[in-house]
Amino acid sequence: MTVLAVVEHDRGEITTASLGVLTAARNLAKQMNTKFEALTIGTNADALSTTISKFGAATVHQAHNSALVDFGPEAWGESIAQVVRKVSPQVVISTGTERGHEIIAQAAARLDLPAAMNCLEFDKDFTGAEALKVVRARWGGSLLEESVLDAPIKLVTLANHIVEPSEEPAASTVSVIEVELDESVTQSFVQDRVERVAGVTLATSPVVVSGGRGVGSAEAFAPLEELAGLLNGVVGCSRAVTNNGWRNHTDQVGQTGTRIAPDIYIACGISGAIQHWVGAMASKNILAINTDAQANIVTKAGYAVIGDLHAVVPAISAEIRKRQSK
Amino acid sequence: MNILVCVKRVPAPGARINITADGQQVDTAFLGFTVSPHEECAVEQAVQLIEKHGGDVTVLTLGPAEAEEQLRTAVSTGATKAVLVPIDTTDWDPQKTAQALAKVIAELETANGKYDLILFGNESADSCGYQVGIRVALKLSRPIVNGAKGLEVDNGVATVRRESDAGVEVYKLTTPACVGVKEGINLPRYPTMKGRLASKKVAMTQSEAIGDVGGLKLITLRRPPERASNTKILGNGPEAASAVVDLLEELGVFK
Amino acid sequence: MSEFPTKAKCVVIGAGIVGNCLVGHLAKLGWTDMVQIDKGPLPNPGGSTGHASNFIFPTDHNKEMALLTLASQKQYIEMGMNNTCGGIEVARNPERLEEFNRRMTSAKSWGIDAKLLSPAEVKELVPFINEKIVLGGFYTPSVSCVDSLQTGTLMREGAVKSGNLNVFANTEVLDLEVENGTIKAVVTNKGRIEAEYVVVACGVWSPRIAKMAGANIPLTPAVHQMADVGPIDILQKSNAEVAYPIVRDMDTFCYERQTAGSMEVGSYAHRAIFMHPDDIPSNEASALSPTELPLTQDDFDPQMEQAIELMEMLGDAEIKYAINGLLSLTPDAMPVLGETVEVKNLWSAAAVWIKEGPGIAQLVAEWMTYGYPHLCDPHSSDISRFYAHEKTDHHIYARCDEHFNKTYGIVHPREQWATQRNMRRSPFYAREEAAGATFFDARGWERPQWFASNEKLVKKFAAACEPRAHEWDARWWSPITNAEHLQMRESVGMVDLTAFNEFDFTGSGAMKFLQYMCVNNVDVEVGRSVYTPLLTPGGGFRGDLTIMRLGAEQFRVITGAFDGGRDNYWFNRHMPQDGSVKFTDMSSSLCTIGVWGPNAEKTMAKATQNINAEGKLVPFDVSQKNFPYGSVREVLIDGVPATMFRISYVGENGWEVYTKMEHGLRMWDSIAKAGEEFEVIPVGMGVYAVTGRIEKGYRLMGAELESEYNPVEAGLNRAKIKTADFIGKAEYLKAREEKPCAVMCTLEMIDNTSKSGIKRFPTGGNEPILTKTGERIVDTKGRVSRVTTAGAAPSLGKYLLLAYLTPEHAVEGNELRVMYMNELYPVRVARVGSQPVFDPTDARMKS
Repeated sequence: MTVLAVVEHDRGEITTASLGVLTAARNLAKQMNTKFEALTIGTNADALSTTISKFGAATVHQAHNSALVDFGPEAWGESIAQVVRKVSPQVVISTGTERGHEIIAQAAARLDLPAAMNCLEFDKDFTGAEALKVVRARWGGSLLEESVLDAPIKLVTLANHIVEPSEEPAASTVSVIEVELDESVTQSFVQDRVERVAGVTLATSPVVVSGGRGVGSAEAFAPLEELAGLLNGVVGCSRAVTNNGWRNHTDQVGQTGTRIAPDIYIACGISGAIQHWVGAMASKNILAINTDAQANIVTKAGYAVIGDLHAVVPAISAEIRKRQSK
Repeated sequence: MNILVCVKRVPAPGARINITADGQQVDTAFLGFTVSPHEECAVEQAVQLIEKHGGDVTVLTLGPAEAEEQLRTAVSTGATKAVLVPIDTTDWDPQKTAQALAKVIAELETANGKYDLILFGNESADSCGYQVGIRVALKLSRPIVNGAKGLEVDNGVATVRRESDAGVEVYKLTTPACVGVKEGINLPRYPTMKGRLASKKVAMTQSEAIGDVGGLKLITLRRPPERASNTKILGNGPEAASAVVDLLEELGVFK
Repeated sequence: MSEFPTKAKCVVIGAGIVGNCLVGHLAKLGWTDMVQIDKGPLPNPGGSTGHASNFIFPTDHNKEMALLTLASQKQYIEMGMNNTCGGIEVARNPERLEEFNRRMTSAKSWGIDAKLLSPAEVKELVPFINEKIVLGGFYTPSVSCVDSLQTGTLMREGAVKSGNLNVFANTEVLDLEVENGTIKAVVTNKGRIEAEYVVVACGVWSPRIAKMAGANIPLTPAVHQMADVGPIDILQKSNAEVAYPIVRDMDTFCYERQTAGSMEVGSYAHRAIFMHPDDIPSNEASALSPTELPLTQDDFDPQMEQAIELMEMLGDAEIKYAINGLLSLTPDAMPVLGETVEVKNLWSAAAVWIKEGPGIAQLVAEWMTYGYPHLCDPHSSDISRFYAHEKTDHHIYARCDEHFNKTYGIVHPREQWATQRNMRRSPFYAREEAAGATFFDARGWERPQWFASNEKLVKKFAAACEPRAHEWDARWWSPITNAEHLQMRESVGMVDLTAFNEFDFTGSGAMKFLQYMCVNNVDVEVGRSVYTPLLTPGGGFRGDLTIMRLGAEQFRVITGAFDGGRDNYWFNRHMPQDGSVKFTDMSSSLCTIGVWGPNAEKTMAKATQNINAEGKLVPFDVSQKNFPYGSVREVLIDGVPATMFRISYVGENGWEVYTKMEHGLRMWDSIAKAGEEFEVIPVGMGVYAVTGRIEKGYRLMGAELESEYNPVEAGLNRAKIKTADFIGKAEYLKAREEKPCAVMCTLEMIDNTSKSGIKRFPTGGNEPILTKTGERIVDTKGRVSRVTTAGAAPSLGKYLLLAYLTPEHAVEGNELRVMYMNELYPVRVARVGSQPVFDPTDARMKS
């Protein structure tokens, strides 16, 4: 009887989201009065057992197969399925990320079990045998769903940024499980990867300077680029901007774009439609720059400057430069 | 090339989503409906592929009878055939949906031959289940990769590009294959007036939906607590720059 | 942001084009301490202003609407918010070309430059149009697009800068408090504000807000579909917001308006789709805005086909934005303006479109400031015009459903409503129906316009009863009217006047009150009457009615079917609060028959009795000697107690005879029987309201009598002025000292033969009176000479027109022109002032 945390890693490097999952799995196991175990996939993740033990996993299962050299959703899903069959956990939990959702869905399909993605809460009285009540995010988080996961084994993903990682070291044993993977699952491995140029990404940057319809054109993003540069941040944008073709979709913050949680989100000329808001709402601080004091984003932001972004943004850059030169 | 795109009819909500009194659904009294955004892109990608390679794009939806509207929208942007799998409730759980879809697709393939590609949205905009496409693919014994931000087909190989924090990953799947498409792969075209009028003439095939209830059961929907914010106005116009930089210093993002 | 106030002089609810322009105008007129609130954010709170198509076609057949639109366009121009692009209405049907001739005529009246275009000329201006399906165009170079959001913002910010206005967005009205029938406070989610004045300028939400105070603003939110399609090459290359004229495809009820690189296609052709104000989603819950609802595509499809037919390029353009946009519709398609009838100091400025917004804001601001607007008479927009049954959702939906598809329709000036008929019937209805009456609607009343039973008289008076050759002139008209007219003049006729409104004022203060309301002296002997105008504080006409003095402290006001609501409000609004006057609306208690003609006296002599001093029933003496003109007597008619009032609006000896509704039918039958030997006939409103009236030059409220004109100009001033004060007295005295710059005249058509050789009959819909060289006649106050009433004068064999003329043209015998359907016809000034063309000494009425 265990809670099994499936660790998301990229070529052996654990993701931040996984640390939250380990913490959540440990808490859930305590509540259920059961064991907390973890699973890593591929030999390149074996070294993660040290990190995982800091989070208190009693056992770290290591799924091994010579094919598991990089991420492959079907192979990973099949690996999880095999480990689950073997270990018989009561709960399997992974990250609420692109990969996390995908591998849990793969495993669920293979095990013919239901799965609940993007869970924010689990029933506080859950003991393990009964159906699990969860609260999960719909509409990118702007709506909550209370539902019941009625299955012998509960497969879930934990919504990102929900559980703050906290360590609680324990001695872990390592258990290697050789999984069998046939050619039906080995096709869909990463075949090639074009590495991102070093630097911060929209998803991870502590500062995001974002522009909306109010910016007016592709060229008018230049002052935003400048400000982002001064703050070592990146530029984001709203869906209206990508729809107008002013910026690439990779810069889009929102439900169908990137969800971000920077230290500060500077929203320039953005009205704050739900599409956008759900992508930005996890930001620790929001500064809205808008001509309209009543715009949605202004009323929701912690800080606001009322004024035309075309005048305000260059003025902020100038002020920063002034202080830098001192 | 024969491509099938599975789409879902979803409401197009505003800044706040209202829920019906029984807590079971989104209150759609005054909302329009749309094809879920990822799937809109899937349709566009499929249309671009047949524009290049020739062939047919069939759109399929499992949903209420009104979902015909979304099929017609897809047809007016270039899809050539439409299949409606009507259900009498608004939403089926992911397992039931996948079972019904797999069965209908198998029937369609028996009649018309295999689809080279079956496209899904990465996840539906409303229920965010992240699993229907994967379950269908497995039932049909086809490979599937989600999160596609690039998709080309050449000589029976579908090349999928997807973004991760580390960079752009490339997957190669032998067709017939399934792909979960993500918004951003393209900028979907809008219907034209002529397209819209022509779409009215395209026949809608109907297939019966059969599936067993799955294990994820909705109890109720609710809105998260509103984030109460007492906005601090730092100033008006460019004069506020100094206050802004003070704040940036205070937050430690500018030293 | 300033603290939310607890008190203000005036709270304006709504920050759309109307609310914004209103605070601007009020500030300019000296109002201080104002607060403006809106439920939505600024600058676009989510109402109709935010998605309106924002263009102005200035030509309108309705004077009030034309003046308001022109005033608005002027303001847009002054603020630099008017982008002139020109506009072409195109015809696909021949009937539309006729309508263009009528539009040319109205354009001439209001001084709007306009031109008829051939299909080739249309193509020259709009190169992407399919001229093969176009029969012609009506081109107005001054058609423009405006920025209504920015205009509103400028107006609002102007008021803020002047220090007279505080604005609060995202502020929802929760309640309106009323005390003693007067508005007291506005309760919002941000706090409560006590206010002396509150204005509801909430567009489609207005009924919902007014209802909080127990007031009624009769309108419904209704869908207008539009789609933005693009990009389109030729439009993109124009590199302008709007480079090509806006095209109104009149016969498909559709328009095409360039917006930069794309084209906006709007429709009034789809089924009428209504929504209740309570059901409109909130800003937060709307995908676009509360008034931009998802397009119901099936309704729009037919329109797309027609649009592509007209402009092929539209077919391949992408539909980027398509909505069911909400706008306001009222039962009669006119705005709803003025102080609400139910609550003092609670004002309505609702059901206003962009093209007339700033002008209406000016008008309402003037109204609130001066007690009556200066810009123009708000007669047909006045909120108090509605009767009880006209304020129901039932009526609103039925009428809006009927007129929605007439937005671009060809509407005849005499056109009758098809829905909501038989709302009010007189007791004589069964007899009238049996006599083959053609009923016209008068604010719910079914009134006979003419009677088929009188068809035989058409032969008798054949020379004066020629059919009209042109279908347009003959529409909603019958030669029977002329026959009824002549038969009445020859013998006697009975007219159903039940649609009259009767207001009883009693009590110790009744006379003083009516003296204050009326121009003429109401302190007449008991049993006598007075005809009097009511004036606005500015000295223009506010009402026109007669008053009978039934007792020392008992007066009965008689006013017309179309003005009952407005007059009722006006009296009520000024009633003393000390209980000295009691006001009873008797309109639904009394019915009225007009009996007129040379044999009226003989008929009524037979029909009437009274009880003499000995208590015996004896014939009543109806002679002029015993019962002079203008006097009132109580009689019995076949046992029915009735009130006879010797007066005439048709120039014949006779009476208005009043009795209780339930006695009506018996009285009708008795008079008809008495008149049998004189071949009495029922006579329709065609005589009463048009032919009989125009021969006598009688003025009508809302036609000749408007607030822009005073009694001196209308020729209705009396030699003596009473000593008592009355509303508008100072201005009236001033007008009497000045030489009027316009005078009401009766004109006769010299030759009404058109170029195509058929006789034409102007309908009296503001056709311009022009000089012999075709120049407009505009007086020094900027008012234009136009036909206020037109009609046949069967007794004279003439066709007459009423119009105000400037002094140099107001000379009897002077020859001028009238434009009708874009052709000029010679006319002659027959009378200057109030003297009638027929029976100038009124001998027939008094003998």
